[in-house]
Amino acid sequence: MGGSIFQYDFIIKGLLGAIFASITAGLAGSYIVSRRMVFLSGGITHASFGGIGIGYFFGFNPVVGAAIFGILSALGVEYLSVNQKIREDSAIGILWAFGMAVGIIFIYLTPGYSPNLMSYLFGSILTVTNADIIALGIMSVLLIIYFSAFYRTILYISFDESFARTYSPYVNIFKYVTTALVALTIVLNIRMAGIVLVLSLLTIPPNIAMIFTKVYSRIILWSVISGFIGTAAGYTISFFAGIPTGATIIFTLVVLWLTVKCIFFLAKKSRITGKKAKNKKL
Amino acid sequence: MAYLLEIKSLSASYDSNIVLQDINFKVNENDFIGVIGPNGGGKTTLLKIILGLLKPIKGTITFNNELLSANTIGYLPQIATGDINYPVTVTDVVLSGMMIKKKILSRMSLDDKKRASMVISELGLKGLEKSPMNELSGGQLQRVFLGRAIIGNPRLLLLDEPGNFVDSTFENDFYEKLKELNGRMAILMVSHDIGMISSHIKSYACVNRSLHYHPSSEITNEQLLDYGCPIQLITHGDVPHTVLKQHNHS
Repeated sequence: MGGSIFQYDFIIKGLLGAIFASITAGLAGSYIVSRRMVFLSGGITHASFGGIGIGYFFGFNPVVGAAIFGILSALGVEYLSVNQKIREDSAIGILWAFGMAVGIIFIYLTPGYSPNLMSYLFGSILTVTNADIIALGIMSVLLIIYFSAFYRTILYISFDESFARTYSPYVNIFKYVTTALVALTIVLNIRMAGIVLVLSLLTIPPNIAMIFTKVYSRIILWSVISGFIGTAAGYTISFFAGIPTGATIIFTLVVLWLTVKCIFFLAKKSRITGKKAKNKKL
Repeated sequence: MAYLLEIKSLSASYDSNIVLQDINFKVNENDFIGVIGPNGGGKTTLLKIILGLLKPIKGTITFNNELLSANTIGYLPQIATGDINYPVTVTDVVLSGMMIKKKILSRMSLDDKKRASMVISELGLKGLEKSPMNELSGGQLQRVFLGRAIIGNPRLLLLDEPGNFVDSTFENDFYEKLKELNGRMAILMVSHDIGMISSHIKSYACVNRSLHYHPSSEITNEQLLDYGCPIQLITHGDVPHTVLKQHNHS
């Protein structure tokens, strides 16, 4: 019955992974989507590939390398945008490609075949270790504490940074810390969804939530919920169909987004035509 | 009358570009000062200095600590600062004005929320408490930002170009509201458009690198020369108007 124990372990791992991924991606995602930082997050994601390559080459955990690269590039771009010395989108574009280039060079230089490379690019639940799940769990707790302790501060800085500067000397610190947490969230979710796809794990759930709510706290809540539905369903489908996890999760999330969008579009339309019919009767 | 803040021979610059030079200025309790001058003359810089956002390169700014600290100043910025499409409600934005009195970890109390709903209905925004900002009209937006500026009951209210986004139907109400607020707090209102300035203003400060203070409503003919071009005031009979004494910005 070894197979069933393996399966049980696999299901627990998948379930926990789905829960933690949706919590972290929901919190960080609501922040980047409402602040229009999606492109910056794309830059962070791809820059972190440089860290993965270096990790491979020097033989330490590639996720650690990715985390260092991700956080440093996030802080770098925030610094440039605060000091406005360079166009932010150009800086991101350069960083994006530079990280990928460093990654490719070091992986090429690493002797032998790199079996897990594909899992970093496209994500695979099979290669997710217990340590990865624990790290995601810790990150979930950290983000929940951070966002509930500083909810108003984060909300007000994001809405009107220059007004926030009139009462708080900590605006830049908050921007740096929050962006670093976003970078860490992205890196920890790379094992689940892969570098190419992880960004959609952060951006699709808030966009589902924003179809029906414009209140920030509810956007966070519904991002986590829709993220969990998408991740869990995608994970299950990928398991039974034997297709890559990351791609299946993203595919499921997009289908969910389209479905919700259609439902609300039709509901709105029927409300309008209902009103028109009522007016006609009157 | 007790003073709230005093600026003494102060200069300010951005990099090497001097914007304010050697200005002296005093704000007293219950003042209603119109800060006028051409664009780029240093009006907003003066507000930044008072808010502590820009450090002077020379001179001092002193607050009367019994009445005022940087934490008891209300501020209505020019509209461009906030991201209107950001998911915040009217109540959220008004409440954010309480942050000037909050420690970094403190939360909004029930009292704060009651106060927010009081301010919201005082400004004629009742029913819009939960509306997102991008569903409001220009005039409503301005009232929300005014609510944010006054919820903390500041002793000094700074208004930066409020004329920019007043719709004409609300204009009168807005200036009436300011007159009422002036009973509770001193007001400093920046405007590049002197045609838009309220008749409730008690005194004027003309800012164009230097600062000239006109203590009360004076009448002479040549104040508009400041703008470097001859300007004609065209009004109908009953429009109140003020003409200030001439001075030079050297």
